[in-house]
Amino acid sequence: MDFELTEEQMAIKKAVKEFCEKEFTPELALELDEKEEYPMALYKKAAKLGFTSMRFPEKYGGQGYGVLEDCLVIEEMCRSDPGLGVAVTLGTLMLPDLLLKHGTEEQRQKYIPPLCTGEKISAAAFSEPEHGSDITRMDTTAVKSGNEWVINGSKEFITNATVADFFCVLCQTDPKVTPSHRGESMFAVDRGTPGLDATKLKGKMGIKPCVTGSLSLSDVKVPETNLIGELNKGFYYALELFDETRIAIAAEAVGMAQGAFERAFSYAKERKQFGSPIIQFQGISFKLADMATKIETARLITYKAAWLFDQGKMDPMITAMAKAYASRVAMDVTDEAIQIYGGYGYLADYHVERFHRCAKITEIYEGTTEIQKLTIVRYLLKRM
Amino acid sequence: MNVIVCVKHVPETAEAEIAIHESRKRIKTEDLVFDINEWDDYAVEEAVLLKEKLGGSVTAITVGSEDADSTLRKCLARGADKAVRLTDKAFEGSDSYAIAKILYKIIKDLPFDLILTGAQAGDDGCAQVGVVLAELLGIPHVTMVKKVESVEGHVKVNRELEGGLEEIVEAKLPVLLAVQTGINEPRYISIMGIRKAMKKEMKVLGLKDVGLTEEEVGESGSWITVEKMFIPPVEKEAEILTGGVDEIATKIVETLRAKGLI
Repeated sequence: MDFELTEEQMAIKKAVKEFCEKEFTPELALELDEKEEYPMALYKKAAKLGFTSMRFPEKYGGQGYGVLEDCLVIEEMCRSDPGLGVAVTLGTLMLPDLLLKHGTEEQRQKYIPPLCTGEKISAAAFSEPEHGSDITRMDTTAVKSGNEWVINGSKEFITNATVADFFCVLCQTDPKVTPSHRGESMFAVDRGTPGLDATKLKGKMGIKPCVTGSLSLSDVKVPETNLIGELNKGFYYALELFDETRIAIAAEAVGMAQGAFERAFSYAKERKQFGSPIIQFQGISFKLADMATKIETARLITYKAAWLFDQGKMDPMITAMAKAYASRVAMDVTDEAIQIYGGYGYLADYHVERFHRCAKITEIYEGTTEIQKLTIVRYLLKRM
Repeated sequence: MNVIVCVKHVPETAEAEIAIHESRKRIKTEDLVFDINEWDDYAVEEAVLLKEKLGGSVTAITVGSEDADSTLRKCLARGADKAVRLTDKAFEGSDSYAIAKILYKIIKDLPFDLILTGAQAGDDGCAQVGVVLAELLGIPHVTMVKKVESVEGHVKVNRELEGGLEEIVEAKLPVLLAVQTGINEPRYISIMGIRKAMKKEMKVLGLKDVGLTEEEVGESGSWITVEKMFIPPVEKEAEILTGGVDEIATKIVETLRAKGLI
């Protein structure tokens, strides 16, 4: 057993940290949080340095590392700022992973390299107004017409909706089959395809620099070659993807918790009440001890999930545990961070309230905590 | 142009809480984070910029323990081609002169046109190694370098003087330049750089390899020994400025500038 990061992994962590220290300024974080604006320049800069293509092969312009190294980048960025961190690291969302597993060489060559360089942004359009946790049926349909597919429907809560160049869209291709999830397929759709419209959702609680939106697809025609993998396998591909991307969400949560903790820790050392720094009071110091312990355990299970994945021994139960646990830790720790700051913590300028607002999403997207628990129990029943 | 950059792995002390070690001869470094000396970071960047413009190679050299590997890897990730770590138990306790001797023994046999060092190190702030090394090698040196321009067989160099002044000097190659911060903007380390760095050559050499005896290095080979390290007593100094608003403002600016604060 070896709990240590390698020299190379340490170097990666440090490189991201130095980048964030200069680029993720508190001013930018506050500004984009307020304006709900995507940090396009920052995304491109990070991509050029390789930070957004960690887990993609060198052959397609990626960095050829695993999920663990990707997690190190995500954690460090979210530690620096949760909103900017999420926005930047989700720029290459899902499409490359999907194509690497099931795409044709042609599809990979077309889509992955420009995503690695940061020229383009991708998005995954699975959720619908009526289907969030339950994607066993899609109201969005794709119907074959000659050598084209015609897509109709709408998608909701789509990360990168208005900034993405490429989408992978989950559609019902066989509406009659039971169970219905055996009739879903995945398609690549390019921005600018007639009939595809994206609208930005405003007023999110957190991760505001990360754009979320709705898609409407009205007679969107895509060539046959845009079908990803096999027909009617889309649902399975989506589930399989979550096993990987959920680890990244756990890493987001660990980073957010760490960032809030560090801020609260240094504040507790500086802030004086009743004549001494508040860290001298056990009411505060025990909080900090608990926070640090929780973060450490969340980090361990997250790294384990990533390590298992990279070893080819991906374990959906550990992944689900990591995501459910780390996201809860992020909520608890960021909450306590505000408490330690007291009244100041309630103000945007002291940053920790933003960490708390952002942390909430990690309990929701890529499968809610409840969905994670279903997975955990399902595997426990199988194994015990 | 073949460039050698001498770097140092130092504790980050700018924001850390510093305590003096029980020996009273050094600070406690156990809980401090180490990284490349800030000045050296600029020196490495300058070396890589020169290489990118003129071709040749960049070799990073350090005297330090195994921990210094991360600093050398950083140099390699930024674009240096080779790295050499000089490590030996006997090197511990070396002053600037002894360090320069160790570096000299290795560098004298390497092909180089230019040696870059940081103007000083962030930990001891001696600013001596570069100068002593140049003397040992019998080559010219320029300190506090703010700009380097390569002209056939020469370098044209801007030196930073006090009060915001600069002077331009020319020096014949080979030359040693001690680089001041702000000479360039050190690039971010890229993931591609790290990947490449892991594949680059990193040599480790010890006392025997450099051809020195134990007496010539460490404390016995040093000219300076630290007798005592202590925190100086806080002195209070206040100056009351009088006059009109403009007059006071001018005086403040002058004072700050004289102290090198702006």
